Amino acid sequence: MSYKTDLPVMKPFKPREPEPLLGFRPWHIVVIALLVFFGPSLAFAQAGVPLLTPFAVLLDWVPLLLQGFIFNLAISFLAMALGTALGTLLGLGQISLSRATRGVSWFLTQFFRNAPWLVLLFFAMFLLPFEINLLGVSIPFPDWFKAILGLSLPVMANVSEIVRGAVRSLPSGQWEAAESLAYSRRQTLWLIILPQCVKRMLPPWMNLYSILTMATVLASIVGVSEVMTLTGQALAAEGGRPELLAPFYGFVLLLFFAYCYPIARFTVRLERKFAVIN
Amino acid sequence: MSWTPAEPMVSLKDVHKSFGTLKVLNGVSLDVMKGDVICIIGPSGSGKSTLIRCVNALNDIQQGSILVEGQEVNDPNLDKLELRKKVGMVFQQYNLFPHKTALQNVMMAPVRVLKQDKAKAEATARALLKKVRLEGKEGAYPGELSGGQQQRVAIARSLAMQPDVMLFDEVTAALDPETVGEVLQTIKDLAEEGMTCILVTHEMAFAREVADHIYFTDRGIIVEHGPPETFFKNAQDPRTREFLSQIL
Ligand SMILES: Nc1ncnc2c1ncn2[C@@H]1O[C@H](COP(=O)(O)OP(=O)(O)OP(=O)(O)O)[C@@H](O)[C@H]1O
Ligand SMILES: [Mg+2]
Repeated sequence: MSYKTDLPVMKPFKPREPEPLLGFRPWHIVVIALLVFFGPSLAFAQAGVPLLTPFAVLLDWVPLLLQGFIFNLAISFLAMALGTALGTLLGLGQISLSRATRGVSWFLTQFFRNAPWLVLLFFAMFLLPFEINLLGVSIPFPDWFKAILGLSLPVMANVSEIVRGAVRSLPSGQWEAAESLAYSRRQTLWLIILPQCVKRMLPPWMNLYSILTMATVLASIVGVSEVMTLTGQALAAEGGRPELLAPFYGFVLLLFFAYCYPIARFTVRLERKFAVIN
Repeated sequence: MSWTPAEPMVSLKDVHKSFGTLKVLNGVSLDVMKGDVICIIGPSGSGKSTLIRCVNALNDIQQGSILVEGQEVNDPNLDKLELRKKVGMVFQQYNLFPHKTALQNVMMAPVRVLKQDKAKAEATARALLKKVRLEGKEGAYPGELSGGQQQRVAIARSLAMQPDVMLFDEVTAALDPETVGEVLQTIKDLAEEGMTCILVTHEMAFAREVADHIYFTDRGIIVEHGPPETFFKNAQDPRTREFLSQIL
């Protein structure tokens, strides 16, 4: 057997230039953003203030801020992984043959999908103990771990809906063909239905990941030392100079933009590609 | 309940089926002997698909009896998977698994369901694809095949389970006229080898050629049936005559 490619029926895809927004190209927008964030600081610097220029100050802090940002990414990876695993189970629960399983899964999905992420985060922070005792061994629950749990809840609920929607979107003929070949329900699901769903789930799943990544800054509110917390601390350490605010927070925004924008572009590309096949 | 080939391989007695309040089958009885080819014809919505889908328990029935090799299908304790190993089915829309190659489509069920050895299943699958004249297309994905080719893969996929009966539900209805012939030829080959077949079809010339017996259904009952010669030349019921005059 030869697997030439995973996505055999795809037509070749030629990426198009992104649509210009009111005549602007994406790089225009980046330049304007840079001017807005750094312009005032540069002006300040040119006025001959004897302190270090805001930009130079920022450079000093960049390594620490990057470290914080990487921590955000780590939180996003783990929350996504946990949320996806739980959400897949919950999504399968939503299409279970058992009425009770379907009901419970539906309720959990709807409950966590319609809850503000910050509230879920607070719940995870303040309701979970800081350590648990298992057979005499105490396992600590650090804040970042609780943040991951808290953020994985809405991810779980959204993945559950993505899974359910993808399964529903497959033609019923696929189920019937599998049934008539004497596949059990479990085999049908894992060998025939879910493999076809992966492609359909990828774009909304990546969208969700982008949203989650941006939501990781919520963890600063509950005291996790991610990039927003560190930015605040850096600004405080610099004596709260107001002209530093824009460059510092602008830098954080740029970090997220540089990370999330390519994901968004890639998602759009995938969506177009799959639209061609279906 | 040991079944012998002297008894019907498939036997329907007074089968009733409704979807909610819609009565679709109103007491259908028919017998299919081993090696028989029967064709079911009738107007759209008369319950032909529903009828053959009851035979492999894709649809359940409310009343009556369906015996497949002596085994009662209308039984809450029925082992559906065992039944479906004996009854193959081919659909109008092919329903191939698009993420698998032709070869994988054919060999997957024998490996996963019948737990056959992979090498053996692959050899059988290759032989079946050759038999349906698709040698060289083993590595092609369904999306890369024509409708007629996909339908022949679907037939091979069903045959790979070594069924005793094959159900065909308007398997040429979705095809381009050029490819209808190749699929009908494949079914004809099967019939000549002695496969028991239940076909729903609108291809009258084909039905006349291959069928041992023709059943005409309308509104959930069998209006008239008989061997092709008498059926097509001497239809008695006005509904049959009207249908035949429209379609021939
Ligand atoms: N799953 C279902 N739920 C509700 N009604 C159904 C279902 N399947 C079929 N029916 C109805 O049952 C009736 C018979 O349908 P069936 O598909 O058996 O007809 P058919 O003879 O195969 O027609 P065609 O020649 O168009 O394929 C139709 O009125 C149809 O709308
Ligand atoms: Mg039909």
